[in-house]
Amino acid sequence: MRTLRFLLQKEFRQIFRDPSIIRIIFMMPSIQLLILPWAADYEVKNIQLSVVDHDHSQYSRQLVNKVTASGYFRLQDYSGSFTNALQQVEHDEADLVLEIPADFEKKLIKENESTLFMAINAINGVKANLGGAYLRSIVQDFNREVRLKWVQLPRFNPELQVAVTASNWFNPSMNYKYFMVPGILVVLVTMVGSFLASLNIVREKEIGTIEQINVTPVKKYHFILGKLIPFWILGLLILTIGLTISWVAYGIMPAGSLLVIYSFAAVYLLAVLGLGLLLSTYTSNQQQAMLLSFFLMMVFILLSGLYTSIDSMPNWAKIITRFNPVTYFIDVMRMVVLKGSGLKDISSHIFTMLGFAVVLNTWAVIHYKKRS
Amino acid sequence: MPAVIANNLTKQYGKKKDIVQALKGISFEVEQGELFGIIGPDGAGKTSLFRILTTLLLPDGGSASVDGLDVVKDFKAIRHRVGYMPGRFSLYQDLTIEENLEFFATIFNTTIKENYDLIKDIYQQIEPFKDRRAGKLSGGMKQKLALSCALIHKPSVLFLDEPTTGVDAVSRKEFWEMLRSLKKQGITILVSTPYMDEASLCDRVALMQNGEILSVDSPEGVIASFKQPLVAVKNDNMLQLLNDLQQFEGAQDAYPFGEYHHVVLKNGYTGPAVADYLRQHHYEHAAVQTIKADIEDCFIALMKSEKH
Repeated sequence: MRTLRFLLQKEFRQIFRDPSIIRIIFMMPSIQLLILPWAADYEVKNIQLSVVDHDHSQYSRQLVNKVTASGYFRLQDYSGSFTNALQQVEHDEADLVLEIPADFEKKLIKENESTLFMAINAINGVKANLGGAYLRSIVQDFNREVRLKWVQLPRFNPELQVAVTASNWFNPSMNYKYFMVPGILVVLVTMVGSFLASLNIVREKEIGTIEQINVTPVKKYHFILGKLIPFWILGLLILTIGLTISWVAYGIMPAGSLLVIYSFAAVYLLAVLGLGLLLSTYTSNQQQAMLLSFFLMMVFILLSGLYTSIDSMPNWAKIITRFNPVTYFIDVMRMVVLKGSGLKDISSHIFTMLGFAVVLNTWAVIHYKKRS
Repeated sequence: MPAVIANNLTKQYGKKKDIVQALKGISFEVEQGELFGIIGPDGAGKTSLFRILTTLLLPDGGSASVDGLDVVKDFKAIRHRVGYMPGRFSLYQDLTIEENLEFFATIFNTTIKENYDLIKDIYQQIEPFKDRRAGKLSGGMKQKLALSCALIHKPSVLFLDEPTTGVDAVSRKEFWEMLRSLKKQGITILVSTPYMDEASLCDRVALMQNGEILSVDSPEGVIASFKQPLVAVKNDNMLQLLNDLQQFEGAQDAYPFGEYHHVVLKNGYTGPAVADYLRQHHYEHAAVQTIKADIEDCFIALMKSEKH
């Protein structure tokens, strides 16, 4: 016990003496949480719109007004020729071209029907997709307004119409920050838990201090616990800092209990620390550990459902996500923070994570040798 | 009972095509309380041998025991009893002198106070800087700290792997004096070094080359085994002189040695014969004197005879 206590004391001394670690611990969550959620935005704004108006009527102007007033579009150009507008697209100055035909108003009034043409720059898939959808719904809205004005509707609609009204449960205003912030926080905790820990152990290998420790009677589990416990605590500290920042900066207060988050995080950290330990037993210097960490982090983030929905991934990718611990924590965070899930709802997640922890740590302990 | 016994130890590195035989059947014994030197050039296998004896490396063949305990089976018990100072400084650079020492005392389940008298002479020299971080110390101070840390648990056998490599001449001398005083306390010390001049400071030395031990003897014994006549020669043009000396029919070997060239003569030749030979080759002022072999001459002779 005394040995373990002393190993921990030594570890904490070293951690707090290393200014770069302190910086990472406090700056990394702050910067990532304050900046990334604003940038990692699903909503597409500032779509550059180029309007080709052949009609120049009151209705066409009304339509353009309505489009620009939506806030999603910026009127880049208002010209009379489609070739002109297409050039704008080619120069990457416009994302969308809306062409209003010459007899737009006349047809609308006389024939109750008119057409519009939309050309979308599909180089940025997300922008093109969403921009087109936004514009379509605005035009539909416009269409309804005009009809209300001109057509005296009968008491019952002659055509059968299904109107859809959506309500966003658990995140009524569809504030994407509510689900991005908890996700980013998970990535942060993972980085500290696994990669900082593995780098720390590999550094002992690199400097040769591990050799000096290995000739002492220090027991394997003492040494490993001495490495795991400090980073387990650091991981929870980062989580606390992160939750505080998301509360102060974004007003995100978990709907569920903090206790649920912390109990899952405690188990989760055991698993990722095991991963860190495993990484360190397979690498012999910090450079190798670093590169391996980068590789794993990329896989973890992109296959975790942080940015893209897992349900839309191909089957083989879905299988990989099941072996990715980050997936589970992101899921739990979103469930607890947004939905207010309790321990019972995430019990399967906890058990899976326990499984991860046992497998990874056992593997690492077996592979860590005091002698070669 | 000898403190350290090595019996036909072998170790090889690498796989299939690229095998390096680091140890080719090493056998020797070290008596208790002995200061035993292992002298050998870089790559002789000294570090591999030490790592096996300190239970960090498993031998491929043979057996070894330290303090009567087998290095493979009883490695746990050995770790309580040996002190190991690796060739590279490997203490925590971001901890202070005192913290490092305290750390190693604690993991051996002891305290600085308990064994203070053992390290007193060494530790006192660095104690004024005990709040300085180990990374900020000079080479000599680092070495003293490392020795203190290796001694803090009062080991019965101390392994020092090239402790004087990269240390200045004064610190080297000091260090050997420290080892002498430690020996008086009854600690068995194994020290490896690439410097042949340090051999005469040991009780017994083993000469190691290419994973083999060429001889184990006391420094006096090593010198006594050198039977051939030896002369030291000096002149202005040392390089040309060496070439000419190597041409001399009576010379078995000639090599530079400090400001002189040493020439090992074949039996039957003497110093005046060398002087005559040099005069024939127009070395007017060549200084030739017959000398007694010193330990380096013996090792050079041993290493060369092994190669042929």
